[in-house]
Amino acid sequence: MATEVANGAEHADEGGLVFHPMDQFIIKPLFGDGPVGMFTITNVTLWMALTILCIFALLVLGSSSRALVPGRIQSIAELAYGFIRKMVEDVAGKDALPYFPYIMTLFMFIVFSNFLGLLPGSFTTTSHIGVTAVLAMAVFLTVTILGFVKHGAGFLSLFWISAAPLPLRPILALIEVISYFVRPVSHSIRLAGNMMAGHAVIKVFAAFAPMILISAGIGLVVTPLSIVAITAIYALEMLVAFIQAYVFTILTCVYLKDALHPHH
Amino acid sequence: MEGDVVQMGAYIGAGLACTGMGGAAVGVGHVVGNFLSGALRNPSAAGGQTATMFIGIAFSEALGIFSFLVALLLMFAV
Repeated sequence: MATEVANGAEHADEGGLVFHPMDQFIIKPLFGDGPVGMFTITNVTLWMALTILCIFALLVLGSSSRALVPGRIQSIAELAYGFIRKMVEDVAGKDALPYFPYIMTLFMFIVFSNFLGLLPGSFTTTSHIGVTAVLAMAVFLTVTILGFVKHGAGFLSLFWISAAPLPLRPILALIEVISYFVRPVSHSIRLAGNMMAGHAVIKVFAAFAPMILISAGIGLVVTPLSIVAITAIYALEMLVAFIQAYVFTILTCVYLKDALHPHH
Repeated sequence: MEGDVVQMGAYIGAGLACTGMGGAAVGVGHVVGNFLSGALRNPSAAGGQTATMFIGIAFSEALGIFSFLVALLLMFAV
């Protein structure tokens, strides 16, 4: 990710845009200009910490009064809890409820970092494949280990589809194994790609918006158009921010169901 | 005339890879369209199937995302 962003920064000098649309994804140290090492405090660290703080404020401080008739913030916390709990129950089954806290954690982290990333001037942590790959690999390893712990070698029957005719089964098994190992890739890149693409599109239009300062003739058309486009895409991004968090968690539930009930 | 042929090929390839997104768009539209036509026939059963629709969208979108990945790899990794 770092090299591609550096590439983007170079291109900004050549092109006509005021700034490069990929500049917003540059990871830079919060204090000073030193190189980014393993333990450097960067803008990623800052926005992840803010994400955690927001979740803490909503789920711990917001619902600490435990009112019988919930207030506004407590209702939001209760709605989120009920929403995810119902999703786990519907998609993965009742016996997946012990794993509900993990799925709730994933959902809250992703949804908050997506929405915090929509604040102007902020940094979207989930737009980096490095962040989402860790989340997806954690899900993949958890699910795989869980499947083997629960079912032993019986977990492999996930790949041996007994409903299919016998001659087809080896071919299907091969396809199933490939699709199983592609899961963490598509799981992580879906989130990062959606976030990155949406924010880059907003920045492309944002670069066209000050055209009126350069030439009044073209600017009279381009500037209002791009401001309308930014508004529309921003609204779409609000939707995408939620839907991608929802899709990430629902796929986690699907994978969890496969681990708990591998028999087709 | 800067750069070299390999880089030109990579950029053209990245552009071509983006046509895969059209396929993903068709797939997602197909899923949602069929969901909607089913939901309008039997609205009472529609609510329980939205999760299934999103899973279907996610799976068909994954292939569009692979084309995005190919484009990214061609742009920055080749």
